[in-house]
Amino acid sequence: MSETWIDAGDPEDIDADDVARFDHAGKTYALYRTEDDRYFATDGLCTHEKIHLADGLVMGVIIECPKHNGRFDFTTGAAKGAPVCVNLATYPVRIEGGRLRLRIA
Amino acid sequence: MGIATKRRDYSLVGPEAEAAERNGLVSAAWYTCLVPRKQLKELMRREDGPAIRDTLIWFAGLALSGALAYHFWGSWLCFPFFALYGVLYGSASDSRWHECSHGTAFKTRWMNDAVYHIACFMIMREPTIWRWSHTRHHTDTIIVGRDPEIITPRPPDVLALALIIFALKNTYTFFGKLFLHAGGRLTDEEMTFVPAMERSKVRGVARIYLAIYALVLIACVYERSILPAMFIGLPTLYGAWLSVYFGVTQHLGLAENVLDHRLNSRTVHMNPFFRFVYWNMNYHVEHHMFPMVPYHALPKLHEAIKADCPEAYSSTIAAYREILPALLRQLRDPHYFVKRELPSSARAAPVGAAAAI
Repeated sequence: MSETWIDAGDPEDIDADDVARFDHAGKTYALYRTEDDRYFATDGLCTHEKIHLADGLVMGVIIECPKHNGRFDFTTGAAKGAPVCVNLATYPVRIEGGRLRLRIA
Repeated sequence: MGIATKRRDYSLVGPEAEAAERNGLVSAAWYTCLVPRKQLKELMRREDGPAIRDTLIWFAGLALSGALAYHFWGSWLCFPFFALYGVLYGSASDSRWHECSHGTAFKTRWMNDAVYHIACFMIMREPTIWRWSHTRHHTDTIIVGRDPEIITPRPPDVLALALIIFALKNTYTFFGKLFLHAGGRLTDEEMTFVPAMERSKVRGVARIYLAIYALVLIACVYERSILPAMFIGLPTLYGAWLSVYFGVTQHLGLAENVLDHRLNSRTVHMNPFFRFVYWNMNYHVEHHMFPMVPYHALPKLHEAIKADCPEAYSSTIAAYREILPALLRQLRDPHYFVKRELPSSARAAPVGAAAAI
């Protein structure tokens, strides 16, 4: 089965140690840039109460949900304790031709 | 036309819970003031320093007032020291429990967890139950049938309000539930907000709490004195009054079932001692709107959004000048609530499902 990669924008639009929202085909994603310029992507909504993670706080490889402070490791999607209990889906990303590419299938 | 005084059902498993769901008030999108991302990131930034400083002062205050109360036990001179010890034990623990449940007080996770568990014990709130209860309070703030932390229904329950001043009602409920939880059971309401995978944690902690209180009781019997309980257990009661004095200002008398914290919460200016005990929770609109902002950054957040919010109350007395008449009026007219005025510079409150009642 072929992979589907989509354009997710200019990687420089995301600050280091931060997160940005990216919507595509009715689905929302969260794109992360670490302090050392690595990029990651997860589902955009917290698995606890469907809040946009892009409004949250990045601390190292942890994203903290803005509503209830639930924490995930955005490199693996792992939930790191209450109030989040269900892991986040993650998606591969790469930089190609100066653009951030996101694999959605 | 007569005013209906029939009590609404504030339980989480009754008709109001279904109505909230039907009216789009459950896990809804709430109004948020605009704060530039860079500024918000700066406000959300975690630090250990302020909370370590405040926790050391808190523990030192407990140790010093406790030592002097012990020294003067048997004379009238012990009273002021027990009064201070009680406030630090039974009221300051409320805000420490609260901030650490959000995980924002300290940058270091284990410090949040350690202070959370100490404060939970002091304020008689079981850590797992209250973590999830408070999560629901933030999801569905003052939504009838959803929020487990509404202090009093409309019309107000005056007896219950009087009993919480010295934590009598809460303590009675706490011990009843402690025995239930120690047996491995939860109430139907707790089942609505504590996820299945978290429930196993409740039993062990309930048993530890019961064991500690049993030891205090044994110590009292052995010593033939209430002195041990004056240090562990009773301060939750005799020192609760200040946290109640603060807590009442948060939401009482304001609108229910609105999706805008500017309309159902109060920000009240307080003196430095109150703000130390309360850990800046007087900035309550700000806290509810941006719960990730640590307590020590709330004054700056207040400055950032105040043009979009109703005017803050100048003091607790100013807040009570509004609250007490509102509660009295609600005894006669349960539909009455205080409508917060948004300034002309504010963005409008959202319309739609959020119908204030």
